[in-house]
Amino acid sequence: MAGNVELLSSVLAGAKAEGRAALVGYLPAGFPTVDGGVRAVTAMIEGGCDVVEVGLPHSDPVLDGPVIQTADDIALRGGVKIVDVIRTVGEAHAATGAPVLCMTYWNPVDAYGVERFAADLAAAGGAGCILPDLPVEESEVWRKAAEEHGLATVFVVAPSSRDERLAKITAAGTGFVYAASLMGVTGTRESVGREAQDLVARTRATTDLPVCVGLGVSNAEQAAEVAQFADGVIVGSAFVKRLLAHEGDLEAGLAGVRELAGELAKGVRA
Amino acid sequence: MSSDFFIPDPEGRIPSAQGYFGAFGGKFIPEALVAAVDEVAEEYEKAKADPAFAAELNDLMVNYTGRPSALTEVPRFAEHAGGARIFLKREDLNHTGSHKINNVLGQALLTKRMGKTRVIAETGAGQHGVATATACALFGLECTIYMGEIDTERQALNVARMRMLGAEVIAVKSGSRTLKDAINEAFRDWVANVDRTHYLFGTVAGPHPFPALVRDFHRVIGVEARRQLLERAGRLPDAAVACVGGGSNAIGLFHAFLPDEDVRLIGCEPGGHGVETGEHAATLTEGTPGILHGSRSYVLQDEDGQITEPYSISAGLDYPGIGPEHSYLKDVGRAEYRAVTDDAAMQALRLLSQTEGIIPAIESAHALAGALEVGRELGKDGLILVNLSGRGDKDMDTAARYFGLYDAPADDAVEADDTDATDTALGAHQEGTK
Repeated sequence: MAGNVELLSSVLAGAKAEGRAALVGYLPAGFPTVDGGVRAVTAMIEGGCDVVEVGLPHSDPVLDGPVIQTADDIALRGGVKIVDVIRTVGEAHAATGAPVLCMTYWNPVDAYGVERFAADLAAAGGAGCILPDLPVEESEVWRKAAEEHGLATVFVVAPSSRDERLAKITAAGTGFVYAASLMGVTGTRESVGREAQDLVARTRATTDLPVCVGLGVSNAEQAAEVAQFADGVIVGSAFVKRLLAHEGDLEAGLAGVRELAGELAKGVRA
Repeated sequence: MSSDFFIPDPEGRIPSAQGYFGAFGGKFIPEALVAAVDEVAEEYEKAKADPAFAAELNDLMVNYTGRPSALTEVPRFAEHAGGARIFLKREDLNHTGSHKINNVLGQALLTKRMGKTRVIAETGAGQHGVATATACALFGLECTIYMGEIDTERQALNVARMRMLGAEVIAVKSGSRTLKDAINEAFRDWVANVDRTHYLFGTVAGPHPFPALVRDFHRVIGVEARRQLLERAGRLPDAAVACVGGGSNAIGLFHAFLPDEDVRLIGCEPGGHGVETGEHAATLTEGTPGILHGSRSYVLQDEDGQITEPYSISAGLDYPGIGPEHSYLKDVGRAEYRAVTDDAAMQALRLLSQTEGIIPAIESAHALAGALEVGRELGKDGLILVNLSGRGDKDMDTAARYFGLYDAPADDAVEADDTDATDTALGAHQEGTK
């Protein structure tokens, strides 16, 4: 069974046709539990996300700030495995029909087996992968497997990426380009700087792929701001915070997730 | 002699341009760090071609570090090694008390060349942190050291040394609150502050070019020792032995001997309570290839690629990864690696102290314990070179508890009489010269 790279592209194109940015939500699998995580990811979509990313919790999340680190710790202590992550992708997609990507550090994919991971993710209905610590130079084996299985390979670009590097990265990527709004790890920020707008412009100069902006966006106001210049707005830590705020009360947490997705969905349509 | 303290690999064959030693190495880093890591590689290539860089570093090595370090024969210690002759390369006599200063001075000069004003570094429990804080004081650089919270509590003295030198010490509260997590946090800082900050990585791991760059700054250890031993013993050693955590002092010793195929290169990994207990940090003995902290190498991990918690009495060796060149040397069969338990290392520490008047670091004591084994295997005609990578002052509290050396009628003394209780009290997280 082929993955859903085309679904991802058509959903992003659909948002564009409506004259708005797409809303992309992130939550780690297994948080607060595997089943609770499936419901939380589904709630993001029901609340208004067009696309979701399911994080694969890692013991050493060097690109994540304290909020996602905390969620990863909870998920790993709960015993989440790679098969549970893939199941989360599959169930969230089956329940909603939305494109669901996996976001993961490279070592778990390497350990699980590149071909096996791509095959299992595609079979579950996954749309692709974001691999933030796999630079384009090391990505050939993955890209071959992803292409074979109909999965997108979403690369991250950063404000420090020089123009010639941006061209090299976007030429290798599929689905969309993840533009990091700032130099730093994941987490909510007071504001999203001008750096993001410059990066989107420089990235667009190299590719026709949609460019979605992540890192630091947490509320409708910021989402509206970013939606002015990007094809998509990516929100992660703010969703995790909603669940953490209601630790022990999943229903309240899920309501918080739906509520935030709804606010952000209005933001990208503002 | 002073012109050849900085001696980059003359062969220049490995790593490859992409930073690979065979199947190991590479550059697995976020896009946000690519420009900075490339800048380090470019600046290092320029520095290697610049005689002024070598001259400045050589001057520091002679007049600040105190190189060349001595080579000391230890006959009374060697009586316990089947009669083989044993020589120690005395990196413990360097300024700051370990081999770490070799790499730190080189990278501090690179930092200046890159025009960066701030340095960050990880430390297991202080050796690399103290060396880095020292170089930053010397060159007027802002300095932040990341150290696992457990280590800052247990190694308060080294925290004070770093602060006395003007460094900021940040206790890392994430993950297992030890060395691995200190590296994670340093990477997070680097991503956010890369414009003005150099990450002065402390071992021969990490993304390319760090494994090659750190190795080159430590090559002097083996180059000196090889020459000194030829002068003193009239021949090359049968074995060169070093401890391995991340592997910097070992690669520094081994590298000059790579072409000498009759010289066995033996790395001693932290066997903790014994590899059969699962409580160890013997990455090459028990690990599998994976990616940790920016490069492919052997890693202690589960089947899902989650990094598992290591254990060693020595925090400097208490690391679930290893430099990629060691993985390469293991797989091609040029170097061999064996696990040495906490107990064997502590016995070797006491033995060297009481037979030769030299108190080694617990890390280096792993190499000494390995040398005792190798000596018995080689027999009377054996000749062994051991890298004494650091001095043991920092480990006296651990050693005193382990051997029950304190007079105080406190709980400590009671604990020290009970071997099991002592082991538990020592825990996983002591001082390091990885």
